[in-house]
Amino acid sequence: MPPSGSLANTVTVGDVAAFVTSKNAGPYKLTLDIVFSTAADYERFVGQAGLDREAIAAIYGIPLADVLDVIHFAPAFAVKIALRRRITAGAAGDSDVYGAQQHVPLMQHRIAW
Amino acid sequence: MAPDSLTVFAPQGMLGYGIPERSMRLGVERRPDVLAVDAGSIDPGPHYLGAGVSFTNRRSVRKDLEMILDAAHAHRIPVLIGSAGGAGGDAHLDWLIEIYREICRERGYSFRTARISAEIDRDWLRRRLADGAISPLDHDNALTAGHLERATRIVGQMGYEPFMRAIEAGAEVVIAGRAFDPAMMGAHALLRGFDRGLTVHMGKLLECGGAAAYPRHGSDGLLATLHHDSFTVEPPNPDKVCTVASVAAHSLYERANPYHMEFPGGAIDLHATRFEQESERVVRISGTRYIEAPHYTIKLEGVERVGYRTIAIAGVRDPILISRFDEYVTNIRSRVAERYPDGYRLTVHSYGRNGVMGSIEAARAEQPFDTSAAVLALTRSAALHVTYPGRKGIAGNLAFPFSPSDIAVGPVYEFTIHHLVKVEDPCALFAMDLFTP
Repeated sequence: MPPSGSLANTVTVGDVAAFVTSKNAGPYKLTLDIVFSTAADYERFVGQAGLDREAIAAIYGIPLADVLDVIHFAPAFAVKIALRRRITAGAAGDSDVYGAQQHVPLMQHRIAW
Repeated sequence: MAPDSLTVFAPQGMLGYGIPERSMRLGVERRPDVLAVDAGSIDPGPHYLGAGVSFTNRRSVRKDLEMILDAAHAHRIPVLIGSAGGAGGDAHLDWLIEIYREICRERGYSFRTARISAEIDRDWLRRRLADGAISPLDHDNALTAGHLERATRIVGQMGYEPFMRAIEAGAEVVIAGRAFDPAMMGAHALLRGFDRGLTVHMGKLLECGGAAAYPRHGSDGLLATLHHDSFTVEPPNPDKVCTVASVAAHSLYERANPYHMEFPGGAIDLHATRFEQESERVVRISGTRYIEAPHYTIKLEGVERVGYRTIAIAGVRDPILISRFDEYVTNIRSRVAERYPDGYRLTVHSYGRNGVMGSIEAARAEQPFDTSAAVLALTRSAALHVTYPGRKGIAGNLAFPFSPSDIAVGPVYEFTIHHLVKVEDPCALFAMDLFTP
């Protein structure tokens, strides 16, 4: 048995979720969705991934205040995260007008599994 | 006596994104009471509201609208279209009405038609501002008289009532400016006394068309049938299915909170919502609750022009340059700053490195006229020729894929108005005209 905490016991969020995706929720917010295929995967993830606001702030390297919410939505086997956009959608300097490619740090985040 | 059921067919999630002919035929064969389609979104960004143009293509919108009007004419089904022309201002609305008139003229259709404007009168907004009746939505920037003065265009997201008024006035086709997406899906249902919470939830699922069905590819339609205690959704496309997961997951889409959704005059609460698999392709939804808002509010959307943009796209292959990329960019910036010290913003998107996620400067460059071409021309020549440590490929740093290399993208707009305004009459802001094409 490898020692706990080694990579052998970990997976990425993208390995175990059916979808990990991002999109604008209006021009001032981003929403990240982690959706699972089964209730079992969803419950296991909620039970052990420890993805609270602090963890999301660390994954994205953003201030805690910019992580607006982490919501569990059991009917869709989904965890939803709302972030404040660093820059309003489409304003000068924005790099992702639809906010559709902001999910990768979350998708590649490693969790115990 | 209220009817027992009402069927709404949304043939697509966005007017102009294509309607599969088989789905259209099968959907219409179900004899829907209403054909409703969303024609806009705020997602493509502030440019379209500012410039007064649609993000959808005219030819494609025309093709989709022809299919919808042919079905409406053949089966006498009312048609409701919201957020016309994408951003839903008067320029956008009139663009769609012109396409509509063209089709009607060619085909000899004479629907009684309502046009509903969503552009908001600025004097009225100034008075509401003075009354303290406008508050920011999703941000902390209070609206000022300056914002109202400088805004290129301001629209309000109408609720259900303007559509209901148009239906009551006898309109067979309603074409409206900026609207709450589910409003056109549910105006008939509210007039006929169906439950408000279920009606709003049904509209929320219909507004993206087939997106609530799996597999989620291509533009496609969705059918919903509303009863007094529940509603069902199913895709007309026999190759797709609605499942509890596909429908529940759609409740997440483009929303920060899946349990709570606000709209003009109220909100729906999904905590007690039940999603049940009625049959292989049909999902039944019940339990969604309506909560009346203390004040009826309209969401305002406005943009202002903050400058102009010129861009260039170029590739880099030299591994020495790539290893010194930060110093290279610093050299470009300092060369440009020698001639143009301020009044612009130079953004480098380094694709293959951090072009999407890279940290972004927050300063704003206000430009009264277009200096972007001059700044970019200097930036391009500097980028082509500045040095970096260890440089060996001294003839030129960049591979330009196009000539001309500099692309003027035109005025740059930013969202400056995203606020709620309290109103007394849900219809008063949204002027309606009736006509027959």
